Amino acid sequence: MESFIQNLVETHARRPTRLLAILRAVQARYFHIPDQAIRFLSKELNIPTTRIIGVIEFYSFLHLTPRGRYDILISDSITDHMLGKHNLMDYLSNKLSVSPGNVREDGLISLDNTSCTGMCDQGPAGLINGHAITRLDRSRIDAIAQLIDEQKALEDWPKEFFQVADNIYQSDLLLSSRISAGEGLQATFARGLKETLLEVDQSGLRGRGGAGFNTAMKWRFCSEESEQERYVVCNADEGEPGTFKDRVLLNSYADQVFEGMTICAALIGARQGFLYLRGEYLHLYQKLENILNQRRQTGLLGNNILGKGLNFDIEICLGAGAYICGEESALIESLEGKCGIPRNRPPYPVSQGYLNKPTVVNNVETFVATANIALHGGAWFAAKGTEKSQGTKILSISGDCLRPGIYEYPFGVTVRQILEDCDAHDVLGVQIGGPSGTFISNQELDRILGFEDLATGGSFIVFNSTRNILDIVRNFTDFFAHESCGFCTPCRVGTSLLKNQLDKIVDGHGSAGDVVALEELTRLVKNHSHCGLGQTAANPIIHTLERYPDLYQSQLKNISYEPGFDLNASLETARRMANRNDAGAHLAQVEE
Amino acid sequence: MSKTFTLDGKPIPFEDGQTIMEAATAAGVYIPHLCHHPEFTPHGSCKLCNVNVNGRTCSACTFPATEGQDVLSETTEINQDRQKITQMLFIEGNHLCPGCEKSGNCQLQAVAYHLNMLDNHFPHFYPKREMDASHPDVMIDHNRCIFCSLCVRASQQADGKNVFAISGRGINKHLIVNSESGQLKDSDINAGDRAAHICPTGAILIKRTGYTVPIGERIYDHKQIDQVSLETEHESHD
Amino acid sequence: MTNKIRVATTSLAGCFGCHMSFLDIDERMLQLAEAVEFDRSPITDIERCTNCDIGLIEGGVCNSENVHVLREFRKNCKTLVAVGACAINGGLPAMRNFIPLEECLAEAYLDGIGVENPQIPSDPELPLLLDKVRPIHEIVKIDYFLPGCPPSADVFWKFLTDLLEGREPSLPYELVHYD
Repeated sequence: MESFIQNLVETHARRPTRLLAILRAVQARYFHIPDQAIRFLSKELNIPTTRIIGVIEFYSFLHLTPRGRYDILISDSITDHMLGKHNLMDYLSNKLSVSPGNVREDGLISLDNTSCTGMCDQGPAGLINGHAITRLDRSRIDAIAQLIDEQKALEDWPKEFFQVADNIYQSDLLLSSRISAGEGLQATFARGLKETLLEVDQSGLRGRGGAGFNTAMKWRFCSEESEQERYVVCNADEGEPGTFKDRVLLNSYADQVFEGMTICAALIGARQGFLYLRGEYLHLYQKLENILNQRRQTGLLGNNILGKGLNFDIEICLGAGAYICGEESALIESLEGKCGIPRNRPPYPVSQGYLNKPTVVNNVETFVATANIALHGGAWFAAKGTEKSQGTKILSISGDCLRPGIYEYPFGVTVRQILEDCDAHDVLGVQIGGPSGTFISNQELDRILGFEDLATGGSFIVFNSTRNILDIVRNFTDFFAHESCGFCTPCRVGTSLLKNQLDKIVDGHGSAGDVVALEELTRLVKNHSHCGLGQTAANPIIHTLERYPDLYQSQLKNISYEPGFDLNASLETARRMANRNDAGAHLAQVEE
Repeated sequence: MSKTFTLDGKPIPFEDGQTIMEAATAAGVYIPHLCHHPEFTPHGSCKLCNVNVNGRTCSACTFPATEGQDVLSETTEINQDRQKITQMLFIEGNHLCPGCEKSGNCQLQAVAYHLNMLDNHFPHFYPKREMDASHPDVMIDHNRCIFCSLCVRASQQADGKNVFAISGRGINKHLIVNSESGQLKDSDINAGDRAAHICPTGAILIKRTGYTVPIGERIYDHKQIDQVSLETEHESHD
Repeated sequence: MTNKIRVATTSLAGCFGCHMSFLDIDERMLQLAEAVEFDRSPITDIERCTNCDIGLIEGGVCNSENVHVLREFRKNCKTLVAVGACAINGGLPAMRNFIPLEECLAEAYLDGIGVENPQIPSDPELPLLLDKVRPIHEIVKIDYFLPGCPPSADVFWKFLTDLLEGREPSLPYELVHYD
């Protein structure tokens, strides 16, 4: 083990910033991070064991105790639920004789749930040893069970199990643009760097991750910092449930992503870039590395790019299962090999980001847009969209529609139009921008996508009238409680309280005061949390309470109070041990 | 003329680089807090010091003071929210004051008293947490840890050690100890370390000292935490 | 007599320490007696509580009987008050919440040192234990909370006089204690 880790540490130049990558490799090889490895790494990297344990316990894909040699995770996204995930999980669990959350006795298989894996257009989906598997059904599970029984190596499994389709149904400016590698950079140098930043400015481009900060402004702020060592980071930690457009951009438009990053580097004066790729997209890793190599070979990365004196390279860093790392300062912490805990701001990343140096963090789509803007000019982009939201937006559409996949629209498009295009019928509501975004009902379909109305990072989940809104809200609320980093009190405790309080109401144990208590909690978590996760974690409840107050009220009992736990069940142990089952050995949940 | 901002209508002078908390403390105004200590890098995690800055909620311990800011702290609404956040800390762990030797000297309790918190409001989590009494002089009762990280920072910044860390995610957060066994006895902590004395609750205790001062005669039995905090932390700020 | 405020008190999973502290109001008890009369209470030995204005509950809920008594109080008292640490957060009895009930019962009745004729009592007259001790606000709605272990006599006095004189009860800093 020591020689394996020794090599690993050398490969990563003994840099503690590479801790996550090193731990991923140890996990892949030993199915957990053994004690011995922790102690050895602590010495080799000169960091305390507690920091290593802290990182392992923070990320969902790293473990202190062994997982199975086949580690199966099933995506717990609402879209997977809608595609029958629950039944499939039961089937899988029976078939493999292991229950979710556990490792089978022989150590061969472990099974668990995982947050949305970004395959909502081709679910139910999951991960086997980190590799995405799509379109799960009973026959595929039968086949998987047999392959595991035969202990076949993953490389020898049928390729189609791991196939991930792009499913692009509607293209506009970006998706129909087929610029070749280097074109955007050449245009940038030909026009001049300052002039290109002006074009980005004129394009009106705002960050595509959802927050919508003006891109040119962010780049300018960063370039104006006195500190000369600067960084470009592409945020490909696409964790918002229902989003998968970055997966498609990285699969089929990666050159444009890297081109956008390189242009940014030229404009702000950065020498190093990072692509922070969510762990769930491991299947893209090698392909992206190959493209980077190609770009190095053709003079588009490395020293003296295109002979213009620009030195810049890009490194891919894989995440390890933490939604919070999509938050830019948490992402930077993660890049530094730490737990993804959002920083206090100010200072903002543009002045103190990676290693406390000025850093631009932008979404994958933002970089694709800038590569295109560099080539076609700002006006080309700004001609589309609305006054406040220029250009186009790429959407990931999933849920109850006949054509789930990728759609690009100019901002200003109505929800109604989109629903028509993706063939959605009998619509109950749409979740725009993922669980942290906005739930709209079928009374609001004329609302438009754009920063002036419905801002979105691209997740668009359609629900038809067969769906139960409270099930949806419960799935989202569980998600946030699971993904809270736990740094601040209101989010750490509040998201768990929200989950419990919602469960109480949905399970029919709520009384009059319980919705009031729920509302109070949503306000606390929203107003006092440290970062965007906590500030939006209550949105699913807030939005549906606003739109369907009766739905919540109808869950309540007409009593003054009911316990939030099962009273009679809490007598079970005593009943069993005293061997009693008389009337006095039971309790009604509410007074009769 | 020094720069000022207003705190609940009162002008507070500050110097560039000061946080709202630092400026307020220097001016003799208390803002409730638990994870903040003037000697250590601000953390911003307990959120008790959340104030309203020009209409936005910010943590006073980390947010920089700037000229002309309009800051609200002692409003009924903000203090009600602070009480709820304190109640969250109580129900998250196992804070059974009558059985805790820190009672009366405990800042979590004192902040709760200050906010006139009479109950825990939320349903209790009653998590199962361990104790570490392995060390001859210092013990940890994880039931009372609120993850303020003061021990982590004190160990690093005052003791030049690295005895503690916060591990885990979300509601599963927990304090861990830097030693081969994970136990305090095998760590390099000493009873004289700052980290052994900094805990605002009864999570880290010095053994055999718990009842040298009887209940009823302890720090917060008669003095409110605002007064105590300003008396002790004002000096540290200077 | 009929104009008097009716007060009922009980101790659930408590130690009667709160009741003892209540009695520490000493001679003020006479003054109180002019305004209130006691219904069900260890002071009166009345067994069932009937229409009361104020119910004072000491102790948390550790068994099925506690649940029944608490519900009886909630049903019959206009204002229900959680008195003391145990009623508010389970208190010291809640320290058993971290040990599985199975182990608690086994230690007490089966495997403990000195146990003779080991068996878990099963008489239907006996209340069964809940798997966890709970504060009373998790079972019924509670109107007021008086913290302390026990709350001091002054807390009882301040609270009751506030109520009797029609003020919203409040406790000044010196009276708020959790120990």
